[in-house]
Amino acid sequence: MSLTFLQEPLDKTAPHVVPAQSVTLHVNGQARTIQIAPWTSLLDALREYLDLTGTKKGCDHGQCGACTVLVDGKRINSCLALATVYQGKQIQTIEGLGTEDNLSPLQQAFVDHDAFQCGYCTPGQICSAQGLINEGRCKTVDEVREHMSGNLCRCGAYTNILSAVMEVLHDGEAVVDNGVLITIPAQPTKAVS
Amino acid sequence: MSQTIATPPTVRLDSDVIGKPINRTEGPAKVSGAAKYAAEFDVTGPLWYGYIVSSPVAKGKITKIHAEEVLAIPGVQRVFSHENVPSLAWFDRAYKDDVAPGGSPFRPLHEPEIMFSQQPVALVVAETFELARYAASVLRIEYDVEKHNTDLESSIDEAFDAPKGKTGFLPPPKPKGDMNKAFAEAPHKVAGEYIHRAQHHNPMEMFATTVDWLGDGKKMKIYDKTQGAPNVQQYIAKIFGLSKDEARIISKYTGGGFGAGLRPQYQVFLAVMAALELEHSIRVVMNRSQMFSMGYRPHTLQKLRLAADDLGHLQAIEHKALAETSQFENETETVVNWSAILYDAPNTNFDYQLTKLDLNTPADMRAPGAATGSFALESAIDELSYKAGKDPLEFRLLNYTYEDPSENKPFTSKRLDDCYHEGAARFGWEKRNPAPRSMRDEKGLLVGWGVAAGCWDASTQKAAAKAVLTADGHLTVSSATNDQGAGTYVIMTQMAAQTLGLPMSQVTFNLGDTDMPAAPVQGGSWTANSVGAAVKNACQEIGKKLLKLAQKIDDSPLAGVDFEDVQFVDGHLRANEDITRSVAIADVLAASGEAKLEADGKAGPNPLNMLKYSMHSHNAAFVEVKVDEDLGTIHVTRVVNAVAAGRIMNPKTARSQVLGGTVWGLSMALMEETYLNKDFGRYVNHNYAEYHIPTNADIHKIDVIFVEEEDDIASSIGVKGVGEIGMLGVAAAIANAVYHATGKRVRELPLTIDKLL
Repeated sequence: MSLTFLQEPLDKTAPHVVPAQSVTLHVNGQARTIQIAPWTSLLDALREYLDLTGTKKGCDHGQCGACTVLVDGKRINSCLALATVYQGKQIQTIEGLGTEDNLSPLQQAFVDHDAFQCGYCTPGQICSAQGLINEGRCKTVDEVREHMSGNLCRCGAYTNILSAVMEVLHDGEAVVDNGVLITIPAQPTKAVS
Repeated sequence: MSQTIATPPTVRLDSDVIGKPINRTEGPAKVSGAAKYAAEFDVTGPLWYGYIVSSPVAKGKITKIHAEEVLAIPGVQRVFSHENVPSLAWFDRAYKDDVAPGGSPFRPLHEPEIMFSQQPVALVVAETFELARYAASVLRIEYDVEKHNTDLESSIDEAFDAPKGKTGFLPPPKPKGDMNKAFAEAPHKVAGEYIHRAQHHNPMEMFATTVDWLGDGKKMKIYDKTQGAPNVQQYIAKIFGLSKDEARIISKYTGGGFGAGLRPQYQVFLAVMAALELEHSIRVVMNRSQMFSMGYRPHTLQKLRLAADDLGHLQAIEHKALAETSQFENETETVVNWSAILYDAPNTNFDYQLTKLDLNTPADMRAPGAATGSFALESAIDELSYKAGKDPLEFRLLNYTYEDPSENKPFTSKRLDDCYHEGAARFGWEKRNPAPRSMRDEKGLLVGWGVAAGCWDASTQKAAAKAVLTADGHLTVSSATNDQGAGTYVIMTQMAAQTLGLPMSQVTFNLGDTDMPAAPVQGGSWTANSVGAAVKNACQEIGKKLLKLAQKIDDSPLAGVDFEDVQFVDGHLRANEDITRSVAIADVLAASGEAKLEADGKAGPNPLNMLKYSMHSHNAAFVEVKVDEDLGTIHVTRVVNAVAAGRIMNPKTARSQVLGGTVWGLSMALMEETYLNKDFGRYVNHNYAEYHIPTNADIHKIDVIFVEEEDDIASSIGVKGVGEIGMLGVAAAIANAVYHATGKRVRELPLTIDKLL
């Protein structure tokens, strides 16, 4: 006995070709105009059209956080964002936080604490951590753990990520070793706005 | 009597870089987004995109592909399927990669037959990624569906003894004594069945290939996500009849692999085929769902029987395992042998079988076989320790092996006892109340402490490296090895810098390009050892050339000194006997007038030592869990992972490997399971939301200890490797801690809430 199975199209009514249109994005302080179809995600616009491949694609479903970028200082999953919607907003990617020769304090802390292995989730982790610092509500290790949990790391560098974020969050006064806070800063430190 | 073989401690200098916790040399590239992964390279000319279509059925045959509807969409270039794939290499052996198991490898788009759900059935190529994805989503394919079988539990009768055929696979050890009699007569015994289902590697980077069509005959630069560029090259070259020059594979950064990238994956086949057919640059990236269409840690059923005498000495060990494999290949892991290495008994029996199901072939996944076997073994050992009235740690020390009983060979080194002692001290094991359900925290949660051990091969593979010292004093070393996050870049730079006494800043290590000397796939914890030795040898050859040139200088202070009597320190060659007899490398190069010095280095296994000795790394994991009995939730609040793995090249990156291994052990114990719907023969939680792995909030204190271990027999450079060992013992230690906390012995992974309530 055999049964015929027909794989139906996901959406028969979808238009065959969506015309590309001009979209201007402000990325890392620069205005960049590209021709893209309206269903292009912000993530694909960055990676495939703007050659900003520092932002990573880990799932394309908002489940892993590898695509995290900052929009007007707030962290978002760029895979769940349509590029065209983000015209007029200030978009910051990992390339805008610092360069190989001039790392930001967070990037340097990630290197110093070995807060990555394969490095693929790392730009998303760092953008997410920068967003967390901008938000200004997390102080303790438990809060940072919780608010960094939208970013998966399959290599399992979590304890080192925690150390790196805590160091920068508390201006170098917090020392976290093996996932445990060793030195508590004397005064609650200011959040970086 | 201890058979540990020690070597005299080497003299350590301040200028030494081996053994120092040096930051990753590629760190700045990774944290700034400059590091390029396979899907991120620019190509010459325009780039087209291929999107993979996967089968929704587990078994059957494609009867019709409505390609014309999709080809009518402007911008769609081609729909590749079995109907139009060009005739390629005919024999199976062309499709066999370096680490293929026995059987007939899967050939993508080769025939209409469907052998597993999510099998790739078509590649849609279009001018943009968005268009290719859309066109793939509306491609209609008709299938004749046949009845499939993906049920391991109901297929036990079809099991057969696991055949040889895969490099490195060890058949089960031979039985000893009379297992049944010894078990029947022993005063203390346990018997249990242990289960885990399929687990998928899921590295963060999805498999991807960018082919740069160079427009010069069939020459391509193939940027691929892999754990071994040379393995991909020989696979692609054989199938498509290409030269090494035409099929150059480049893999600078690999966004995790864990075994998934050992064998070439089907996207590289599809991308190269499309590029050759269309004579165009192309990029093919899997989606996360397709990351569940490839190899996986196989669903395995294990049965253990252990027995001990009145004193707690093991009298009987029986370990049997049954794992799934595909209809077309026999993937084999070494599962039960660990029970014959870690422990000894006069009566033993071992068995390892496979059953063929309508699934894709499983694949090696971090600590393949050992992670599986050690969970069952170390759970059973723990259970027996309670039966025998012994502390679980004491019981393990009581049954410690000083020789490898599976082969009756001495270990080159085995400091597992120190792992136990140092780990227990750091953990505070002496404060443990031995009775289950006896410990609670200040909030009233049940607290459990568990321990378990692990063991992994210390192996060496053939590897090669090239060193070039230029007149400006810069040393560049290269090898076609890989860095999936293990720290290869930095430790090889350290090895080269150490060998020639140069500062790290004057040394560059390059990898991941088949134009470089060949290296094995990165797996099995053998890279540090194998490639490290090749790098050292290449640099020593440079050193010999430097000495010859130094001796040509008029009134050379090193005249008449043999290479063995020379040291390379702080940029100088110095005589060991009198370090004031010294010449700067820079001066040697200047005097010689040479633009550069070049040398090759090779390394490989030592067959004589392999015959005489057993070579392994070991670890002991100590775990604290807290269990909320009302909710069934388990939190791992503390882990001490003590590892004996020979020389540690870089304690910072090696620690990260063990941290990662510990997280993997926790993940295996508490979270990971790919749910197979047997009606559809299909994994149903094929995404990151439903396939659970730990997040930052799940991970607490992890303490890593490296026990000092000198061993120059297992490896010429004293290194055993740390990629797998950190994962071992962790899952069993968690299950053992849960037993200690709750009095419930769970033998089925993952230890989810439902199993505790």
